[in-house]
Amino acid sequence: MSLTTDDVNQIAYLARLGIDHQDTSSYTQNLSDMLELVAQMQAVNTENIEPMAHPLDNIQRLRPDIITETNQRDAFQTIAPQVEDKLYLVPKVID
Amino acid sequence: MHTKTLTEISRGLQAGDYSSQELTESYLKRIKQHTALNSFITVTEDLAIAQAKQADAMLAAGNAPVLTGVPIAHKDIFCTQGIKTSCGSKMLDNFIAPYNATVIEKFNQAGAISLGKLNMDEFAMGSSNETSFYGTVYNPWAENTVAGGSSGGSAAAVAARLISGATGTDTGGSIRQPAALCGITGLKPTYGRVSRFGMIAYASSLDQGGTMTQTAADSALMLQTMAGFDTKDSTSAEQDVPDYSANLNNSLQGLKIGLPKEFFDDSLNAEMATAIETAINEYKKMGAEIIEVSMPNLKLAIPAYYVIAPAECSANLSRMDGVRFGHRCDNPEDLNDLYIRSRGEGFGTEVKRRILVGTYALSAGYYDAYYIKAQKIRRLISNDFTEALKTVDVIMGPVTPTPAFGIGEKTKDPIEMYLADIYTIAVNLAGLPAMSVPAGFIDNKPIGLQIIGNYFDEAKLLNVAHQYQQVTDWHQQTPQGFE
Repeated sequence: MSLTTDDVNQIAYLARLGIDHQDTSSYTQNLSDMLELVAQMQAVNTENIEPMAHPLDNIQRLRPDIITETNQRDAFQTIAPQVEDKLYLVPKVID
Repeated sequence: MHTKTLTEISRGLQAGDYSSQELTESYLKRIKQHTALNSFITVTEDLAIAQAKQADAMLAAGNAPVLTGVPIAHKDIFCTQGIKTSCGSKMLDNFIAPYNATVIEKFNQAGAISLGKLNMDEFAMGSSNETSFYGTVYNPWAENTVAGGSSGGSAAAVAARLISGATGTDTGGSIRQPAALCGITGLKPTYGRVSRFGMIAYASSLDQGGTMTQTAADSALMLQTMAGFDTKDSTSAEQDVPDYSANLNNSLQGLKIGLPKEFFDDSLNAEMATAIETAINEYKKMGAEIIEVSMPNLKLAIPAYYVIAPAECSANLSRMDGVRFGHRCDNPEDLNDLYIRSRGEGFGTEVKRRILVGTYALSAGYYDAYYIKAQKIRRLISNDFTEALKTVDVIMGPVTPTPAFGIGEKTKDPIEMYLADIYTIAVNLAGLPAMSVPAGFIDNKPIGLQIIGNYFDEAKLLNVAHQYQQVTDWHQQTPQGFE
């Protein structure tokens, strides 16, 4: 399966991932090559095969509903790019 | 002192032959002498000396755990509180981890000394360490040759005897492949055996932390400290941890070794085939029985992996958004611009490729055709292993198609790089434990023998590897210039 540069730009937007304009064609080539590689799977009959999401087929473990985390806001916000009044700052979203 | 194995160092410390501080200073000096390998991203000299002094006090007081005072280092994927944890990426170049990974906590409690953080492919995505933001790692065995990846710094540093052992992580071969290319012993435990808490996630259903050491006996000591159930990791296995050193000396008489015919078909390089055959012959001499097994779906491992791993990575790496930690672009115009540019500037090319493929595979209309299909193939591959391991104790084969390749040789064609992981990837899809053991040289470059075992049978793998290391000396060889 072959992708176009428009496809790649759309995927990059979905992933909120900036890619340099001059690199778009090489990403398009790489992605098309990867899709060609994984296309081998389509030839295999997998009818009635249960998808394997987890190597040990474990069920998600439950735990008592009690708080185990302590408040570490100060530690976490020390490494944040921009904070004010204990809030993470981002560009204005609503006018 | 650097020529000693981790086991010998531990004995020497316990016997009081030397202090941890002496040892630590000697290794730090060696690390400074060999910065050209680029194996470290961060050297934590002051912390190491402080830890060594504490370790010496523990040793003097008696009853110190076996790793007390032993200098090791960690792949820069494990969060270390107060210390930069970059994951080989510009995105996390400014990231000082606010907490310790469980693995780090365990080594700290065991009194081990951390000399620093080791270089790696960016977010563990790569097979040559060439995707690291901090530059490639050089293989100490040959000039201008890759150390392998993604745990390339760990492998090169152990091979060059800059540390006595290292942690690594393995998602598609990232412990075994660099271990093979650098001539050291690598162990990827069963999925869930070692806690993933604080180990920066690449593909969560495949990632597993493990050991990179000179010998299997060393690996047993490190795994003993690392392994165990952790409530902080929701996929951690609730299984008892056996004594990994207890069975190292068991006889291999009657051991059943399975050789998958798909590993040994015409595509296997002749020199590699001969080297692996020679290793298998050593096992025959020790009384092992060789049985041919078949794993018909093995060739589908790479396609399945290159859907599952990118899909999981695209989800995991969405947390890198320039808001709470990590790289943020200058003067974002709006929220979208903040996300797009921060991520665009922070991630390297290979990481971007995988995020893009993963995003595509998970997008509406393609999910069943790619992601579910890959998970079904994963089941088929896992079934192949289960079937084979009903008749044999371990499976053996090569780790890599060739010895270490040249720097830059495979960077132009990512697919060529991916295809070289043919022997290691299936193990991760199944979640099985596997080792790479030094098994000779091709063109003066080391190669590895892969030993794959059943779930939670690490003790058996270590026994099988240790016995081989009693009759061969490949693991004792040191690269020229690093003796």
